[in-house]
Amino acid sequence: MNSALSWIKAYVPGLECGDQEYFDRMTLSGTKVEGFKRLDKNLEKIVVGKVLSIEKHPDADKLIVCQVDVGSEQLQIVTGAPNVTVGALVPVVLDGGKVVGGHDGGPLPEDGIEIKAGKLRGVESFGMMCSIEELGSDKNFYPDAPENGIYIFKGDLKPGDDAIEALGLHDTVFEYEITSNRVDCYSILGIAREAAATFGLPFAAPENDCAGNDEKASDYISVEVKDTDLCTRYCARVVKDIKIGPSPEWMQRRLAASGIRPINNLVDITNYVMEEYGQPMHAFDLDTIAGRKIIVQRAKDGDVFRTLDGQDRNMDGEVLMICDSEKQIGIAGIMGGENSMITDSVNTVVFESACFNGPNIRKSAKRIGLRTDASGKFEKGLDPANALEAINRACHLIEELGCGTVVGGVVDVCEPLKEEVVLPFMPEKYNTLLGTDVSKEDMLKYFEKLEIRYDSADNSLHIPSFRQDLLGQADIAEEVARFYGYDNIPVTLPSGEGMEGGLSYHMRVEEKLRIAAEYCGFSQGMFYSFESPRVFDKLMLDADDPLRSAITISNPLGEDFSIMRTLSLNGMLTSLSVNFNRRNKNVKLYEMGNVYIPEKLPLEKLPDERMTLTLGFYGEGDFYSLKGAIETMFEAVGMWERAEYVPGDSYKFLHPGRQAKVIYKDQCVGYLGEVHPLVAANYSIKTRVYVAVLDIPAMLPFTGFERRYAGIAKYPAVTRDISMVAPADVLAGDIEKMIRQRGGKILESVKLFDIYEGDQIKEGFKSIAYALAFRDISKTLSDDEVNSAMKKILNGLESMGIELRS
Amino acid sequence: MKEKLEQIRQEALKRIRESNSPDKLNEIRVAYLGKKGELTAVLKSMKEVSEAERPKFGQMVNETRAAIEELLKQAGTALETAAMNERLKHEVIDVTLPAKRPVPGHKHPNTIALEEVERIFIGLGYEVVSGPEIEEDYYNFEALNIPADHPAKDEQDTFYISGDFLLRTQTSSVQIREMQKGKLPIRMIAPGRVFRSDEVDATHSPCFHQIEGLVVDKKVTFADLKGTLDVFAKELFGENTKTKFRPHHFPFTEPSAEMDVSCFKCGGSGCRFCKGSGWIEILGCGMVHPRVLTMRGIDPEEYVGFAFGVGLERIALLKYEIDDMRLMYENDQRFLDQF
Repeated sequence: MNSALSWIKAYVPGLECGDQEYFDRMTLSGTKVEGFKRLDKNLEKIVVGKVLSIEKHPDADKLIVCQVDVGSEQLQIVTGAPNVTVGALVPVVLDGGKVVGGHDGGPLPEDGIEIKAGKLRGVESFGMMCSIEELGSDKNFYPDAPENGIYIFKGDLKPGDDAIEALGLHDTVFEYEITSNRVDCYSILGIAREAAATFGLPFAAPENDCAGNDEKASDYISVEVKDTDLCTRYCARVVKDIKIGPSPEWMQRRLAASGIRPINNLVDITNYVMEEYGQPMHAFDLDTIAGRKIIVQRAKDGDVFRTLDGQDRNMDGEVLMICDSEKQIGIAGIMGGENSMITDSVNTVVFESACFNGPNIRKSAKRIGLRTDASGKFEKGLDPANALEAINRACHLIEELGCGTVVGGVVDVCEPLKEEVVLPFMPEKYNTLLGTDVSKEDMLKYFEKLEIRYDSADNSLHIPSFRQDLLGQADIAEEVARFYGYDNIPVTLPSGEGMEGGLSYHMRVEEKLRIAAEYCGFSQGMFYSFESPRVFDKLMLDADDPLRSAITISNPLGEDFSIMRTLSLNGMLTSLSVNFNRRNKNVKLYEMGNVYIPEKLPLEKLPDERMTLTLGFYGEGDFYSLKGAIETMFEAVGMWERAEYVPGDSYKFLHPGRQAKVIYKDQCVGYLGEVHPLVAANYSIKTRVYVAVLDIPAMLPFTGFERRYAGIAKYPAVTRDISMVAPADVLAGDIEKMIRQRGGKILESVKLFDIYEGDQIKEGFKSIAYALAFRDISKTLSDDEVNSAMKKILNGLESMGIELRS
Repeated sequence: MKEKLEQIRQEALKRIRESNSPDKLNEIRVAYLGKKGELTAVLKSMKEVSEAERPKFGQMVNETRAAIEELLKQAGTALETAAMNERLKHEVIDVTLPAKRPVPGHKHPNTIALEEVERIFIGLGYEVVSGPEIEEDYYNFEALNIPADHPAKDEQDTFYISGDFLLRTQTSSVQIREMQKGKLPIRMIAPGRVFRSDEVDATHSPCFHQIEGLVVDKKVTFADLKGTLDVFAKELFGENTKTKFRPHHFPFTEPSAEMDVSCFKCGGSGCRFCKGSGWIEILGCGMVHPRVLTMRGIDPEEYVGFAFGVGLERIALLKYEIDDMRLMYENDQRFLDQF
């Protein structure tokens, strides 16, 4: 919300402070100011000048030479403006002064434009007459400004007067960020009340008494509210003999500072009161209201209504309408109808000031697709008491501005007003909650400024109706804190018993895994949790792959962010692709993040969020280095047993001959492999890419941080090498498994040291060699023992069709 | 005889001094101390000495022997030292050549910032907990005193799934899940991923991270909240950091506040980081709303609490001077390598 400081000051008469001080103190007491802008920034040495004479420029057809009285002296000024006349009062920037921008309304330079005396086509000019654009505004906000040319003052000014003052620009516009609980502060009066309380000054509400003439409004109009659930109050007043004309300067300036275009006295008054009281109002032409009766009721599904902007809008059964005895004439709280709008020929006006149900207005505006200033105010939920105050203020202004005759009385259809909130005054409670020692007297002083009435008879606090946010003792404590000053509240630490903090177990496991991944050279990436449903095709998943059953977001930012990922590879491959396209070499990434597996779609319960560790790289390294990284990570979380790697081709996005499931103690905990070249191509990665995916919840039961020292072997090891020729399709893992199985307890380690396929080895076979170490922890092994173990091993291998080489 | 021994000693000394290799020294050792060496020969002539003088003579020979051995040893050590020095002289390397480093990976800046925050709060006795990212409306809104028609629901641009399911917009939902466990007192922080439908740009991401904090205990005050967050700010941004608390509004806390910290780039004098104000907005906080406690079956007359929520990216971006949020989710190796 934007508004001029001068408007606030009008109701806090004693308020005299600088812009920065106002900014700081209001922010600290809870009315957050986002920023402020001085309207006279870059407007320097600008006075009112009176044009005394005009002559043609001797050498330029489009220029004229004016003699201008600027009070202290008479200046010669050359201008090209067509609208200057002798006797006109105009803003003149003197030599060395500044204006905001050029007359063409182009971008405004940060430091304005300095004006210097000089020659125009050979004729000296000692200043410049200004257009409204050069003064930083435009015709929207100064409706009396000419379409093209110098601004000409009306009214009682004399040469040498401060032109900026005359234009109402010695002011500052503040931008407030009002929190949703302070509905009352979406108004000048609300902010003025806060300012008064903040600065300890009296608040002077504007005059709004308006009895009107001897007639009765109820003789002109009747009101019936049929849907009282959506309209708790409807006030109507009547103004006759309307004289449409411009509103006064002061009103125009205040509206302009709030970003509202002045239109005419009637429109401006409704807008003015909306800003001032936070209460939107509407004006109907009485002559268009059939039966002179207003009925407030819901629309019917399928109704089409033309709003005053000429658009046809589709209504439904939850939209509240203002109707007359025959037709709909306005969408309640959102926009009036074309059929009842005010025209220049209006004679009698019905003012409406009502209180509509906030959530209903918000939802209706959303459904209709029409959000207006009025609906923006109504949707916050307004105070019904304010509706009557505001309509009286509007009528007061009608009289003050002489734009019509106010008919006496108000037609006020009102549900019983909410009961006044009364709370016991509990000063100790506030101090206990805040950790302060504020005296009872000080608290009462704050309350008085806030118009919270204290009744000493029963020690109670009576909350004014506009403070809909004050409902309980905690709310009162906040009022105490705000005006005692958050800054003055002491700084202490909780006194309760000491507690043991720390990471939860799965977080510790995840942390260890991250550290191990980094140790293996992988850097941590972060990917979005949602992606496009097209990634399943990109990853070449089968049409019936269960991973395609993803949770869908009903209101996504776009298709690309519309489903919750069921596997983590798209994020990984996308990031690798970004790196590849940027020609980064040897990129190694890991990610620790959830995938979301629904039990059923649509969801009936929360999905299984599975923390997944994904490794991916291209460049240096291969399948086996990735496998090494997995084993390093397993050890980091206490998974000391040997994992098994089972080849297969079930992961469609992986190379069918270079993929494996990772099995730990008979449980699949993940997979790894080279990315299928077609999938890599789908991500525009033109090199081999490797990925590994580990399912943390599957790993967790096997993890642990226990360690036990097993002693260092005292007795020597016996080593034996075996060299063999095996059918090419026999897996090294199976050979090792056989060796271990047959080697028994004394077999300490099995290390592959050579593997060869090609020349000298017959086709379909490979040569493999292992170094075996045997050891008994309790004694020196005898040759017999080792030989016996070796024999079993060799027999076992032979049974697999393996030939031993000497 | 004495003269003879002295002569042998002098000769040996001379030869030792002249020798320049371990081999020469060995020759000398053999020549004097060996089986056929000069000193051995002298010893053999002992029988020519009178019975009475023999012990004295023997002693003299032994002394000479010891003296020569000592000389040989010294000369040997000197030679070794010289040889080593000579070798070292040839082993000079250029210490300014590039280092050979292991190439470990790097943590994401979010993680670095998170670990900092966790370290601080674990030190203060907070448990680190987590909650689901796909949430029920109840935990994300209603139980946080944001009923169905509350405008705050609109403010938060929620992604909805179906029925009552949505992507959590705030880690505050974990407050509720933690209170639901029924164990008091509570001191927890809950870091995690949250979602809001903001278009991706330099300062927004539809998916980002928050850290929620919650304390529920018998005598907790707003002053304690200030003190705790003041410690946090000083630990995170440096000892000279000042904090400022401004009134604010959150439906689930009352009183509520926003905390600013003095700009850690300029120290408060105003710069481009703090947009000239000297202060940077860091987090929202407040005393747990009594209604939130009541809904969890916690008696607000007995227990009070405070809560706070910090944007993790906000801290990481500020602390590490990252000027574009998009970098955080792009995972360019050259970006990650800098952390």
